[in-house]
Amino acid sequence: MKKWTDEKIEIIMGNLLRIGVILAAAIVFIGGVFYLFKFGLQQPHYAIFKGEPAEYRTLSGIVHQAFSFHRRGIIQLGLLLLIATPIARVLFSIIAFFLERDYVYILVTSIVFCLLMFSLVFGRF
Amino acid sequence: MNILEFTFLIWIGSFIAGFLGALTGLGGGIVIVPMLTLMFAVDIRYAIGASLVSVIATSSGAAAAYVKEGFSNIRIGMFLEIATTIGALFGAYLVARISTDLIAIIFGIVLLISAYLSSRQRKKSEIVIEPDSLADRLKMNGSYPTPNGLQHYDVRNVPQGFGLMFIAGTLSGLLGIGSGAAKVLAMDQVMRIPFKVSTTTSNFMIGVTAAASAGVFLSRGYIDPGLAMPVMLGVLSGSLIGAKVLVKARTRWLRLVFGFVILVLAIEMIFKGLKGIF
Repeated sequence: MKKWTDEKIEIIMGNLLRIGVILAAAIVFIGGVFYLFKFGLQQPHYAIFKGEPAEYRTLSGIVHQAFSFHRRGIIQLGLLLLIATPIARVLFSIIAFFLERDYVYILVTSIVFCLLMFSLVFGRF
Repeated sequence: MNILEFTFLIWIGSFIAGFLGALTGLGGGIVIVPMLTLMFAVDIRYAIGASLVSVIATSSGAAAAYVKEGFSNIRIGMFLEIATTIGALFGAYLVARISTDLIAIIFGIVLLISAYLSSRQRKKSEIVIEPDSLADRLKMNGSYPTPNGLQHYDVRNVPQGFGLMFIAGTLSGLLGIGSGAAKVLAMDQVMRIPFKVSTTTSNFMIGVTAAASAGVFLSRGYIDPGLAMPVMLGVLSGSLIGAKVLVKARTRWLRLVFGFVILVLAIEMIFKGLKGIF
């Protein structure tokens, strides 16, 4: 196997991000079309902040809503996938630094990854 | 105005913001929150959530193109990410704690600074600073392609850069922007990293920083699917097309127009924030 170089890793990760964004945008678009068909003639309600209901705030809630074919759930799943793309890139970097045996950067990247997971899981701190 | 018209208008506005942001290099994210709050009367917390999502989209969407050029330095980026993600978590935490009027005022001030920075000519500092031994130990020094072959560079002022990155992260989390300008400033001016390396590394960092506060916003219910949908799709398509049609000759004129728009939005944000309208 060819030696892992920073450039090679970068190219793989760049493509990973692009695929993630394309997929996320496609899901958001499809969910959006269905959403507009159902709610298009209602009035928008963004002037007063209420916050999203619980099912659109948690990972399990969003996945459940999306797979029950709720229109806003599908959009939210796309947005969740979008948020996950940079996180996936960081995770992939840990593996890459591991293959390079670069222990300092395994640590550095793991700290960043933990901070990102903390935000996603314990976001209501 | 029903949801169909509302969504369409926001898509158009976000497309223009993304398009101009890519053409001028200022990023589209910075005008999304003022547009949503001032023109569409959206609560600033929903606006910040939608804006942040679009920031991730443009950062990740552009990454593949940047990577091919071979400029970005993943070690510098990853190390500084510790500071920006902690900052982003702190910023997102603050959003729920301080008044929406204060957020609007801070937003206006940041817009003013951005307009100033974009109008100013970038100049090389003449002061000589020794390369940072910390940068050496962290293997940050690197090289980048130039017409005359690979050019080596040393990184300076790592602690100062790290500190500035914390501030950049806080602003990103507090205001829902990428704060790319602050990141480039820290790397290019303070750490003395070559400009091309700074901008491409900054692009990579923007997505990770935004993802850190996006988790908080999502769990707090700031990310509304119906609003984030046209913003994300608009900014993403606008910025991708903007990057394709990038014509050097007209950039200067566009920067002036965009800078003027930012200036007007800044004044309105501060003015309305002081009157307590948000």
